[in-house]
Amino acid sequence: MKIDFTHHQSAHCENGVVSNLMQHNGFEVSEPMVFGIGSGLLYCYIPLLKVDHAPVITYRAMPGFIFNKFAKRVGVKFKREKFRNSEAAKKRLDENLEKNNPVGLQVGVYNLTYFPDEYRFHFNAHNLVVYGKENDTYLISDPVMEEVTTLSSKELDKVRFAKGAFAPKGHMYYPIEFPKELKLEEAIRKGIKQTCRDMLAPVPFVGVNGIKTIAKLIRKWPKKQGTKKANHYLGQIVRMQEEIGTGGGGFRYIYAAFLQEAAKILKKEELSVLSKEMTAIGDLWRDFAVDASRIYRNRSTKVEIDLYDDVATQLEKIADLEKDFFKKLRKAIK
Amino acid sequence: MKKSDVPQDKSNLESANFRELCYAVDENGEYTTEHTTGWDPKTIALNNAIEKIKERVEEAKTRVLANETSPLEYYMELHKMDLSVLAGYAGIWKWRVKRHFKPSVFNKLSSKTLQKYADVFEISIEQLQHIDQ
Repeated sequence: MKIDFTHHQSAHCENGVVSNLMQHNGFEVSEPMVFGIGSGLLYCYIPLLKVDHAPVITYRAMPGFIFNKFAKRVGVKFKREKFRNSEAAKKRLDENLEKNNPVGLQVGVYNLTYFPDEYRFHFNAHNLVVYGKENDTYLISDPVMEEVTTLSSKELDKVRFAKGAFAPKGHMYYPIEFPKELKLEEAIRKGIKQTCRDMLAPVPFVGVNGIKTIAKLIRKWPKKQGTKKANHYLGQIVRMQEEIGTGGGGFRYIYAAFLQEAAKILKKEELSVLSKEMTAIGDLWRDFAVDASRIYRNRSTKVEIDLYDDVATQLEKIADLEKDFFKKLRKAIK
Repeated sequence: MKKSDVPQDKSNLESANFRELCYAVDENGEYTTEHTTGWDPKTIALNNAIEKIKERVEEAKTRVLANETSPLEYYMELHKMDLSVLAGYAGIWKWRVKRHFKPSVFNKLSSKTLQKYADVFEISIEQLQHIDQ
């Protein structure tokens, strides 16, 4: 069977699945709107944790967080299920498809056969929609893909029961209850307020302060860790900022798009001015990535220490601008 | 970023016919989306990361051949795993997996345990024991 489901490509999987499922149920909600209401924007350095043998920085809220906050703030109820074994997981999925209900799934990326090899690593918080089944093949709408795709039932089972951090355990979800009409105004306000609070949080690893902490570390790395490690770290930072899903500039452009849309809904001209400002900040993040890449382009050769100081200074400037920005944003929605 | 400035650099994505979505502003200052084939700063970072994985695999191979570690560690690196991911897939405690990295311990493993690892990597026990096959 095949459910009549419209696939829209999005930058990020989590916003994309929510936006696609909402549109399937007759509510026009864009990807930036989901991201903004769900307070997706963040900057957080996670000390002690290492992925790919490099420090971890996230530019977005924890997996599942955007989704939960969005649902709560607009008043949509989602049903979520996790499973112990794959038979039960498959059975529940098939039942829903029989009932013409497309469902969202959390999956691991490593065994997604339709992904380019280079992008297949052990990351378990990817999301996609299953919208049908033909014989033993599931019809898949993966929001980061341009077109719909398919997975065999064996392949789907593997990604649903991927292992490691954030193991999905067959996690399946779908909306079950909608409000009569979506009231976005209040939800937008709440979403923005929380983002401002997080970005201005008085802790060293989060938000604006987190950016400053990383700038400090970048200055230290070449001296303390040697240029080879420092370059690897720097490369990983840029990957986390620009890899599939951020829409460019570490989610800053998606957020600017959200502010532009919010300005129209709330009829607040200040927000569209702030949207332009966020776009300009996004451009600075891109400049940082370009300059950082000039450093890690040569992996092991000697690099002038000054170059690291330069990119660190760039980050500090971004931190100052964002501090100022989120203070203004907080004022604007009061 | 302006829509016309969305980078269209060559990248690994191209070969897989895969284009990402970027958010950018059009001529009227309105936000819209645009496809991108790739962007050099991130392509370089990704390639470096892949190089690093390859180095780790080679290093593990050398150590297996020198009998300093078991083939298990080599296959773990080859599949871009770390200890906790491998332990998760095999359904074996982390500390036990780590112990199985010792060639002397690995060589005495029961065929049942070996089969568990072989299943994780989708290879035969024969291949698991001899990395050059």
